[in-house]
Amino acid sequence: MPPPLVTVTENGLYCPAGGFHIDPWRPVDTAVITHAHGDHLRHGSTRYFVAEPGVAIARHRLGTDHHPMPLKYGEQLQLGSTTISLHPAGHILGSAQLRIEHEGQVWVVSGDYKRQPDPTCAPFEPLACDVFISEATFALPVYQWQPTVEVVEEIFHWWRANRERGLASVLFCYALGKAQRVLAELRAFTDETVYLHGAVNVLTEVYRQQGVEMVPTLPVTGERKTDYKGALIIAPPSAAGSPWMRRFGDHSSGFCSGWMRVRGNRRRRGYDRGFVLSDHVDWPGLIETFKATGARRILLTHGYSDALARYLNELGISASALETAYGDEEQQ
Amino acid sequence: MRAFAALYEELDTTQSTNLKVAAMSRYFREAPPADAAWATYILSGRRLKRFIGPALLKRWLIDEAALPEWLIDEAYASVGDLAETIALLTAGTAHSEATADDLPLADWIEDRLLPLRDADDDIQRQSITGWWRQLPYRQCFLLNKLLTGELRVGVSQLLVTRALAEVTGIERTELAGRLMGEWQPGALFWQGLHAAESPRTDPAVPYPFFLASPLEGEPSQLGDREAWQAEWKWDGIRGQLIRRAGECHLWSRGEERITERFPEIVDAAARLPDGIVLDGEVVAWKDGSIQPFALLQQRIGRKKLTAAILATVPVQFLAYDLLELEGQDLRAAPLRERRAHLEKLLADASPLLQISPLVIGSTWDELAGARADSRQRNVEGLMLKALDSSYGTGRQRGAWWKWKIEPHSFDAVMIYAQPGQGRRSNLYTDYTFGVWREQELVPVAKAYSGLSNPEVEQLDRWIRAHTLEKFGPVRSVEPSQVFELAYEGIAASARHKSGIALRFPRILRWRADKPASEADTLANLQAMLMQAPDEVRRSS
Ligand SMILES: [Zn+2]
Ligand SMILES: [Zn+2]
Repeated sequence: MPPPLVTVTENGLYCPAGGFHIDPWRPVDTAVITHAHGDHLRHGSTRYFVAEPGVAIARHRLGTDHHPMPLKYGEQLQLGSTTISLHPAGHILGSAQLRIEHEGQVWVVSGDYKRQPDPTCAPFEPLACDVFISEATFALPVYQWQPTVEVVEEIFHWWRANRERGLASVLFCYALGKAQRVLAELRAFTDETVYLHGAVNVLTEVYRQQGVEMVPTLPVTGERKTDYKGALIIAPPSAAGSPWMRRFGDHSSGFCSGWMRVRGNRRRRGYDRGFVLSDHVDWPGLIETFKATGARRILLTHGYSDALARYLNELGISASALETAYGDEEQQ
Repeated sequence: MRAFAALYEELDTTQSTNLKVAAMSRYFREAPPADAAWATYILSGRRLKRFIGPALLKRWLIDEAALPEWLIDEAYASVGDLAETIALLTAGTAHSEATADDLPLADWIEDRLLPLRDADDDIQRQSITGWWRQLPYRQCFLLNKLLTGELRVGVSQLLVTRALAEVTGIERTELAGRLMGEWQPGALFWQGLHAAESPRTDPAVPYPFFLASPLEGEPSQLGDREAWQAEWKWDGIRGQLIRRAGECHLWSRGEERITERFPEIVDAAARLPDGIVLDGEVVAWKDGSIQPFALLQQRIGRKKLTAAILATVPVQFLAYDLLELEGQDLRAAPLRERRAHLEKLLADASPLLQISPLVIGSTWDELAGARADSRQRNVEGLMLKALDSSYGTGRQRGAWWKWKIEPHSFDAVMIYAQPGQGRRSNLYTDYTFGVWREQELVPVAKAYSGLSNPEVEQLDRWIRAHTLEKFGPVRSVEPSQVFELAYEGIAASARHKSGIALRFPRILRWRADKPASEADTLANLQAMLMQAPDEVRRSS
């Protein structure tokens, strides 16, 4: 058997033949980045490679003195004795799968991905490979996503119903990706202005500069006396329960996450409403993707890796879990 | 069923009681009468008699979902609710909630579910798995909830009657009365709820119970001692004793008819004049004093009442309120008036019908002194009732308070944990605790409640990081965390490994300051058992 193309080191996933790390959790020389979420893109490395549509977001997160090197989707690059390329993962704008080829062997690192269409980013492309390293955040069969349009319609009706009762609607979404996806999907229902928390606002501006079309937005500001009755406000979950919320007075709160699929999670979180909207792949999507890659071996990161590995092994697909430091932005 | 499924979800996800009431009112107004009646039945906490066990449903689910059993178990453990797990794994995602076929709730129950009770296994299985496949998620979830009989939805009887009062224009207390006892859901019942005149035709029907709230802090906050009546808080079964139309009926607070359980009390009541309703407590009573609840429990547990058990566990009814006299509803009268009538009524009644005596003490301090004797007297503390209060419905704060004594407590080590139900399904919230016997920790109690939410979450992370072994949903954990546990009663038990059964164990606090080695020993608990009265020790 040829030596593994990717191993787990104390710094993160590492490709010895190419001499680079993938989404390292400690500073390294060369880091190939699948996407800009905090657990995948960290400070301190010398060189970063990112997919071209993700450069602006990566610069925003790393600070302007960093110059991540862009790779077009599908563009090939020699690193060490490997050939690498980045391909759309459908997770957030600029998210990528990493394809590594070396002496006739192909490994693909999925990063985070989903199979549902998303107007803010290029759709996931299944890649034929020998070994597929997949995320497994929602790898239990209870996690199956309904069509996005149904969820966004629920959000829209919730907003309207709150308005009728004279309430503001505060929707908590992860600030990078989820918020902009909701803003883009809302175009099918309205062209009304949505108010944004500062953390969501800066990222939404970056998306807009990249040409992503969304409903009009305004930042929630301290100075102006805005009446938020009947308005929709998008904020990161960290703002929940903070003094920042006081300005909205009576409001209804909602939370967008794949975890909202389970009633216990909805109730424990204490939001008025849970909307099942995830940027991660669901159970049927995982199985379908594994088939599409034709991989002979599956390695798993995030979430329910152990359960999925056991299930795949029972189906006769060789699989195991990798211990990584990746977290889950949907939990935050 | 679509509208009721939507209502269920709305009630389940709404925190505000006003919005819950509004949602129920809207449903009651729009639903067909028979559906509204069934909804009332379900929302007020009644359930269909279960005819299919959870083990069988799980079996069918394994086949339907075509997944291995361990994975179903894993999914169930993370969801925490069987009805929901089934719906998540089987509901046809192809059918959207809005467009799927819809059948009225009453038809679902009367034409589909109830007839299935007597059908053979194959028919039951085919019908139910067929519905799983057809129904969209919300309705599938509701169907499973109806089947498993666990339809608790977080609305109190009080909220249901509030909504019904808005819809019918009938007073809440009157409605609460009309919902008591046994009734058949249907259009006829729904019309009866709207009737201006009380349709009370069944003389067996009790009044809704008035419930006390726990008193936190000192009783001096209640104002003048003279405005309050103090009684012992008895440790028995709260009950309503009805003498009407030549018959006697005894109801428990859980609205269960317990007439047959206590024939001697019913016999004694037969000597009362007609048109009487008493509120009081059934207690085990021997040699002039109340006996521990554990003794009464032996009698409740028996299917058949033998002469021997009647002799071992004699009972008495301690009356503390009079709700009806000469067929007249007295509940609006002030307590001091009802009490005067009660004293007169029971002055020379059977010794099995006694009045719950007043606790003497002219100041709050003197009452606190009396309360300190509670444990010796086998009572749970004091009841404080405003003398000018009427007899309300449900738990309305302000007029009746229970001033309980602090429970017994000991320190134990957590040894197992498993996920909770429903809202706590993703957290390890059900714990098993042990005490030391030599080098070994012997399980003595399971407890769930008592920790704050942040503590529960912190403990959940700790459990995940310190798991020793997993058995299904249960994890054994490193025996290092100590908790102070409280209990209400202690008894010898041959069925428990420790030889001890605790009643109502609960967590008082997390003793992060204590090493496991300093937790209590089984010998300590046995000593506590020896201090408990004789009858408790003998009972098993
Ligand atoms: Zn991500
Ligand atoms: Zn991730």
